[in-house]
Amino acid sequence: MVEVNEAVDVVIVGAGASAAAFAWSLAETGMRILCVEQGDWVKADSFPSVGRDWEERAATDFAISPNVRRRPEDYPVNDADSPIAVANFNGVGGGTMLYAAHFPRLHPSDFRVKTLDGVADDWPVDYATLEPFFALNDEKMGVSSLAGDPAYPPKPQVMPPIPMGRSGVTIGRAMNKLGWHWWPSDAAITTQTYAGRAPCINLGQCGSGCAQGAKASTDVTYWPEAMRERVEVRTHCRVSRVETDENNRATGVYYYDGDNIERFQPAEIVVMASNGVGTPRLLLNSASERFPNGLANSSGLVGKNLMLHPYAQVRGYFDEPMDGYRGPHICTWSMQFYETDPSRDFVRGYSYQFSRGHGPVTAAVNGMADGLIPWGEGHHEAFRSVFDHSAGMVSICEDLPEEINSVTLDPNLRDSNGIPAPKLTYRLSENTRRMLDHSVARGREILTAAGARHITSRSPLPYAGWHLMGTARMGTDPRRSVVNEWGRSHDVKNLFVIDGSVFVTSGGVNPTSTIQALALYFADQVKSRIYDLFD
Amino acid sequence: MSTNDPYDFSARERDILRIVVGHIIPASAAYGLPGADDGAILADILRSAWREGRKLHEAAAEIDAASGGTFATIPTGEQATVLQRFREQHPGLARACEVVTARCYYRDDRVMRSIGMEVRPPFPLGFAVEPSELDLLEPVRQRGKIYRDAN
Ligand SMILES: Cc1cc2nc3c(=O)[nH]c(=O)nc-3n(C[C@H](O)[C@H](O)[C@H](O)COP(=O)(O)OP(=O)(O)OC[C@H]3O[C@@H](n4cnc5c(N)ncnc54)[C@H](O)[C@@H]3O)c2cc1C
Repeated sequence: MVEVNEAVDVVIVGAGASAAAFAWSLAETGMRILCVEQGDWVKADSFPSVGRDWEERAATDFAISPNVRRRPEDYPVNDADSPIAVANFNGVGGGTMLYAAHFPRLHPSDFRVKTLDGVADDWPVDYATLEPFFALNDEKMGVSSLAGDPAYPPKPQVMPPIPMGRSGVTIGRAMNKLGWHWWPSDAAITTQTYAGRAPCINLGQCGSGCAQGAKASTDVTYWPEAMRERVEVRTHCRVSRVETDENNRATGVYYYDGDNIERFQPAEIVVMASNGVGTPRLLLNSASERFPNGLANSSGLVGKNLMLHPYAQVRGYFDEPMDGYRGPHICTWSMQFYETDPSRDFVRGYSYQFSRGHGPVTAAVNGMADGLIPWGEGHHEAFRSVFDHSAGMVSICEDLPEEINSVTLDPNLRDSNGIPAPKLTYRLSENTRRMLDHSVARGREILTAAGARHITSRSPLPYAGWHLMGTARMGTDPRRSVVNEWGRSHDVKNLFVIDGSVFVTSGGVNPTSTIQALALYFADQVKSRIYDLFD
Repeated sequence: MSTNDPYDFSARERDILRIVVGHIIPASAAYGLPGADDGAILADILRSAWREGRKLHEAAAEIDAASGGTFATIPTGEQATVLQRFREQHPGLARACEVVTARCYYRDDRVMRSIGMEVRPPFPLGFAVEPSELDLLEPVRQRGKIYRDAN
């Protein structure tokens, strides 16, 4: 017997980056808004950085792969057919709980790739339209940056940037030698007391949750404010599918609560915010007689065009000490190779995210894997030459949309509620391979110019599937897109998708700033179209 | 430290694992450091190896088999040869051994002190990072705008 809850105006599925921004913006309408999230709130005192075993816990119960972490609220992902494994977090805050908070915006050219470079598709929105929402989001998340970056149109600075440290300064000098662009990164990390949040104290553990609350995960930014405006966040609710009626309208969602009781949550508007893997999974799981190929899927594009941003990692080892485990892992960025350059053998481009070092365990484990630290006698000396002496970068490569790269339903794998789990099929394109190679070669030049005595690289980085985009793309043509230019499904007029799934192309920077700016824009559209929203 | 149940290693497996972790990180007279086979560190390794437990069982079995069941008693040099072969033939299992060893070794008080760390978790004191040198950005500013207009 399915329990039927009291109806709400809006139900949002997932409580991550996009959901929080959207709910906060919509709260002023006074609508009854409910967010259902399969995970829980994470208490600040349970983060790894509060204990001596912080590096172990960052790799186990706070691991970035749900298949390693295996918390009860995680769902498994079959990523065996992809060179890059999925990384996420399932709880209030979603991926922002573990993200590095590197916070670049997509560039103006990213929204016009077809027009400018003749590849993929233009977006149905542009940078200028999103600009006020980027700025609002920077303010709500609390972004630290340095105004004046020549890689972007002017943008306001909310607070001073995170410190460059020795790593940033060393690499900055090398970039100057080479005449290449670099700049302190925009970081969703407070560098001063801000909106009730304490400033960053350089715990260095952004990637396993910020015990200080300085990192802008949405559990400490948007959600508390949205809840003060009476938005309800209901945790331990795992949605299995969206229900529709004979008018092809969504009527609500089915979910399993923490006691494993199946409930139906009626709602006037259903909003998908379960990320680029979770959302297509749910839409495909919502197939019915009316929608045999999955919900909102008349285009056949639900789950298609998955983009992951393949990463390459290049690290240098220096004679002088670097920052090691101290400070946010991110530091500065470069957009030198971002825009298409016809003299290269690939289209589009990539950004560099320069990074500091690691804690001793990671330094030892990576050093042994890279052959820098032997077993036995020489271990101690080699360890000392590596630990606290490394800095480097990752390149974030633009991943063009290709239908072969997809999220489908695994025929066998299920989560603990018996709901079919997602399966990834993903290939690196020739264009991406060339871009990765280019970024490794330039990365080596940078680290050589910086004085590194030894350089290692990994490409693609196999665990770096943390940017999940493109699987319910937006567009004006219902045959070539899943949602319209303001996030509403072409097929189901009261169903919205607001997460990274809607990306048309990926750009070559981390996506969350743009995901949230879009979510704020979509919410704004809902508010301004409230009287003809379903027409 | 890990709150999960200790993984159930037999006495023979413990013996083998003690030797293995001691080969990965031996004691150092030069640095005045214990090896990973030190009693307290080994106990931590065995206590917190539950996630890698299956792999450690396998590793112990492979190593034992490779030395005809005599691994614990053969001379150190021969043990090193067996382990070298083990690393080549079973890189995944060898890696699991490295991971559990490093995790516990580098959180031992004596070791942390020796590598220049304060013996404490990152929170709540945090760490100091050298400030930015913003003047370095002058050449970048001077080169001017590098983004493409898209309108
Ligand atoms: C390790 C790591 C590092 C990262 N670093 C960066 C970075 O530096 N910069 C950057 O821009 N981005 C980074 N990201 C990516 C960033 O976290 C995501 O882009 C962002 O969180 C995506 O927002 P979203 O709203 O699309 O989905 P998410 O934030 O992933 O939220 C989805 C939510 O939906 C919930 N959900 C899913 N399915 C269901 C269901 N069936 N029922 C109920 N709830 C469900 C999930 O539990 C989750 O909480 C990183 C991510 C990771 C994992």
